[in-house]
Parts: sequence; structure tokens; C-alpha cells
Amino acid sequence: MSELMSDRAIDRSKMQVSDEVAIEINGMNKWYGSFHVLRDINLTVNQGERIVIAGPSGSGKSTLIRCLNALEEHQQGKIVVDGTELSNDLKNIDKIRSEVGMVFQHFNLFPHLTILENCTLAPIWVRKTPKKEAEERAMHFLEKVKIPEQAHKYPGMLSGGQQQRVAIARSLCMMPRIMLFDEPTSALDPEMIKEVLDTMIELAEEGMTMLCVTHEMGFARQVANRVIFMDAGQIVEQNEPEEFFNNPKSDRTKLFLSQILGH
Amino acid sequence: MSDTHAHSIAFVRETEIPPAPPPAGETGPVKWLRENLFSNAVNSALTIAALLVIYLLLSKTLPWLLNGVWTTSSLAECREVLQGKTGACFSVLTERWNQLLYGFKYPSDQYWRPNLALVLLLFAIAPVLFFDLPRKLLAFTAVYPFLAFWLIWGGTILAPIVALVGFVAGAFVFQTYGKSSFAVGFFGAIAAAFAVWIIGGMLIPDGASDNAMLQAVPSRDLGGFMLNLMLGVTCVSLSLPLGIALALGRQSDMPLIKWICVVFIEFVRGVPLITLLFVASVMLAYFFPPESTVDLFLRVVIMITMFSAAYIAEVIRGGLAALPKGQYEAADSLGLDYPQAMRLIILPQALKISIPGIVNVAVGLFKDTTLVSVISMFDLVGMIRGPILASTEWNGVYWELLGFAALLFFVVCYGISQYSQWLERRLATDHR
Repeated sequence: MSELMSDRAIDRSKMQVSDEVAIEINGMNKWYGSFHVLRDINLTVNQGERIVIAGPSGSGKSTLIRCLNALEEHQQGKIVVDGTELSNDLKNIDKIRSEVGMVFQHFNLFPHLTILENCTLAPIWVRKTPKKEAEERAMHFLEKVKIPEQAHKYPGMLSGGQQQRVAIARSLCMMPRIMLFDEPTSALDPEMIKEVLDTMIELAEEGMTMLCVTHEMGFARQVANRVIFMDAGQIVEQNEPEEFFNNPKSDRTKLFLSQILGH
Repeated sequence: MSDTHAHSIAFVRETEIPPAPPPAGETGPVKWLRENLFSNAVNSALTIAALLVIYLLLSKTLPWLLNGVWTTSSLAECREVLQGKTGACFSVLTERWNQLLYGFKYPSDQYWRPNLALVLLLFAIAPVLFFDLPRKLLAFTAVYPFLAFWLIWGGTILAPIVALVGFVAGAFVFQTYGKSSFAVGFFGAIAAAFAVWIIGGMLIPDGASDNAMLQAVPSRDLGGFMLNLMLGVTCVSLSLPLGIALALGRQSDMPLIKWICVVFIEFVRGVPLITLLFVASVMLAYFFPPESTVDLFLRVVIMITMFSAAYIAEVIRGGLAALPKGQYEAADSLGLDYPQAMRLIILPQALKISIPGIVNVAVGLFKDTTLVSVISMFDLVGMIRGPILASTEWNGVYWELLGFAALLFFVVCYGISQYSQWLERRLATDHR
């Protein structure tokens, strides 16, 4: 796996971790049928943390962050997101989802709507923002991800990297307090990976709480304040990036790192 | 060599060569013929064979069409005019024109009413079909069914007004209470609508239809192509929403709703339409109280709507299944609730995928409306098979009548098909 590093200096002035808890996971277990995908997950994420979750495929890392906005149901344990506990109550789930932005591997833009409509849809219907205000905000975020000129095109007319940046802008338009990234660059060409990573770095610099499932170890080194390594549904190791990459403790982590960074 | 300096290698042109026409074989019709019709021996043979077939067809049909007689009043007279020559007796169409279009019992001085209803129909469906038109036009579309009912059936204007008020009351209740709880809003709306209809029905005096502005026409007096159009338009516009509801219901997480939808779809799809129509015409009467007069037209509409809704539901289920799971997840992750996600994200895409299938069902449904002739309703085919062919004047005129029926249906169905192709092009958002 490549280790793309951003070529620009990273402004760490706003990347402060506060004491306020953003996400708390306590003794969480999940099964697919009889298959135990997530085993006794305990994790606390503070406001402003940038966490990279790494691990081999099938280790449950995507499932973990998909549980955080109830795209997957967990069977045991407690998840509290931004002060609201995830339960079967649909009202709670919708509330959490509107506070938590999510970016998918395959972008999942709405192909029948223009870029601008993609960005204004949820603010207008969920937040009841007036249309004009929603459009202004959408243009603001589209400028931020550097594609305001595409606002009136349809997703099918954009490149993969552009689509992923629109997807990030779409999430940001809901003014989320937490952003989840589920392998945001895995479906992209190397050139486009960089433009998406740059967008994510910018977001981190503004102090956004981020959980990223990614194989971009360069991004982890530069931006994350904590790297979590998962295998077979368990958190195997977590540490600050420097320590994690230079001095991994568990054998499983060492093997993984040697394979992912070896060539 | 007069225009060049032949003495040296250097060359300077001093006179323009005027453009000359190409050889005859390289341009225009000759070239086109050579390339498209006679490019090799096999193609030449096929071309000649095709020309022969076309010649044979035209040599038989053209005299029949062109020699057609338009003005006689019976088949015997027509044969007299033709004196043994080949020729069509189109006079059956002119003489029975009104019967073919309106049936034989609709009062002839009232033909303007269905005509007006048809013209207004075009205005009512325009904003539905062409969604670039201003949305305010939909207000007329909402009122149209009640207006058309009043125009075609006549009688007291109070009946459609009560029906309309019932719907408005239902919509109002749903708007007010549906936000806090969908179930309360939904069932409250149904209760409110029924309350208005029952109370309103009691308030309409018994003799209200006797001296109404528009003479009352009972359903059994409807007929002709008008009946086919009425059944087709009513059933298509009712079965589309019902089909969407069934398709979504079949995907529901709630077992009761899911099973009701599955059983309904599988049962109705597994039964021939003609049996459903017989049930409508004969058997349903056993289920209603003896003195109740549930209209035959209404019973047929219910049956055809159920039938095509089951088919449309399956077509839409295919569209829903074709959507990537990511679309549902993206809608969920933005915090859209179920109705919003369906209305704004899922259904627009699923319906777009389903357009060819839905149009297929709609065209089939429209043609199937001729099946009502079997349960002695006099639609276009019923009129032809019954009163016209059975009459002494026109006994034996098949080609002209059935050809005319085919032509009418073809025009409408071809129009629907062209519209659906336009719609698909209009909704394409990728550059393929």
C-alpha cells in the first residue's frame, strides 16, 4: 500500500483534543447470524480526536463505524454518540444520524440530483433550513472542497475524486459534530486519493472529530492522534501514530505493518 | 500544359480548375442504392424479394382502401355501389361513428359532455406527464376526477362535491396529525373521509338527480371507445400508486404488512383477469347487501386496478432491487426518515428504472379493457361484436370494423410508448 504524504505543512493549531466525550462504546458485541464480528469493543473518543482504524479486511473495522450511526445494529453493549444513546428508538437514531456525517467508499451520491441538490437535500428536509440559506451553505462547502463550478452538474459527470469531495461536502452541509469515513479513498486512482486526503486534512485542521477506516498510513501518521488496529473483530492495539508505526507491541500488528508498509 | 511553366520543376498554378460533378455512380440516390440495397448479390436478391412482397401487399390493400365506400347505410347498399369490385365498406364507420365512440345508449344530445371531459383530461394530465410545466397546474389535476365524473355521469353536482370534500378532509387530518404519528394521521384521515362521505351522502336529497343541470346517465349506458378510455385512464392512474404501495409493503420490516402484500400480489397475479371480471359482474353482488347498488363500472375498475397494481408492484420491486444498497445507506446516514428517503431518494430512481416495465403494464392494461365486452359491457369491441355486427345492415363487415378498432388502440398505445421513451431521455442524468 502506498504511503501518500501531503506535501504541505499541517497547521496543528486548532487540532486540540477536548475533554468532552464525543463517542463512548462500552462492551459492544455484534453477530452476523452466528458469526461474531465485533467482540467486546470498548472505545472512548473525545471531541476533536482524529482516529484512524486500520486492520486486515474482514476485521470488523467498517462494521464498527457503521454501528456508530446505526447502519448496522449491535446486539450487546452500549453506544453513546454525542450524549444520545443508540437504541431502537427511531427518533434517537435519526437525531444521531443528523449529527454524524458519513463518507462511503463508493461515494453514494444521489445520481438523480444535481451536486447542489445533493448538498441541500438533507438540510432542507431534515433540518428545515430555508432553501436559500441551504444553497448558500452548500456553495460555501463546495468552495471548500474546491468544486463550486460543478454545482449544477450531475454526479455521473464527475470524476471519482470529485464525487468523493462532493460526498464530504454533502455531509458537512448538515453541520455534523463527528465525521465517519469508511475507506474513503479505496475506490480511487492514486491522483484522486491525494485530492480527497487533502480535503480530509483540511477538515482535521479545523478541529473536526474524525473516525477514519483507511489504508492510507501516510494520512494516519500526519493527521491522526490515535491509531487503532483491529483484527478478528477485536481491538488489538491502539497507540499514538509515532509509537504505533515505529514500535508496535503485538505480533499481529507487526505482521500487518510489515505487509502493508513492506514494499 | 498551357497553364504551367513546363520548362522548370517549379510549379505555379495560374488558372483555377473548376469543380466538376462526380461520376454518376458516386453521389445521390444511385450511391445510396448501391450501398444500402445492392451492395452484394445476397442483398440484391433480398431487396428484390422485399419489393415483390411490398408490391403484392399494396396491390391487394390499396384498391380495397382507395375504392372504399363511405356513404351507404347498409352492407347490401355498399355491395351494390361496388358492383363486385374490390373495396372497403367504410360507411359502417361513418354510419355507426357515434356508436363506436360512445356506445348505443348514451344520450346523443349529451355527447359534448364526454368530449369536454376528454379535452379537459389533456389539460389535467399535462402537468403530470411533463413536469417542467408550472406545478400550480396540478391543482386542476386534483379537481379533474370529480369534474369528469360530474360531466360524464351527470346528475346532482352534490355527489362529486361531497366526494371531493371527503378527500380534502382526509388530507387535512393527515397534514395535522400525520407529522407526530404516521398511523394516527393515516387512519384518522380515512375515518374523516368516510365520515364526510356518509354524512354528506345522507344530506343529499333523494330526488337531487332528477332535475339536475346535467341529465343523469347510468353506468350501463356508457360504451364505445369512450368506455375503454375511461377504464384505461382510471385504472392506470389508480394502479400506479397502489402498485408503489404494494411494492414498498412487500419490502417492509413489519411482517403483517409484508404478508398482506405478498398474498395479495401472488393471488391476484395468479388469477386470469377474465375470471376477476366475471367475479366483478356476477359474484360480487352476493357479497354486497341485496339493495346496495355498487356500480358495475366501479366493480370493474376495482378488479382491473387490483390486477394491474399487482403487476406494477412486481415491476417496481425489480427497480427497488436494482438500486445499490449504498443509496439507502446514504439516505439513512443523512438522517432522512423512511417516508423522506423513499420519496426523495429511492422511489425517483426505482421508478426511473421501472419506466419500461410500467409502460408495458399500462399498455397491456389499456388493451385489456376490451375484455369487459365479455361481461356484456359495450366497449368498442363489445359494440362491434354486439349491436353492430348483429344488425341486419352490417352483418359481415369484419375487416373495416376490427381494423378501425386496432387503429384506435394503436394510436393511443404508440403515443404512450413514445412518451415513455421521451421520459427516459429526459431523466437521463449521466452522459452516456
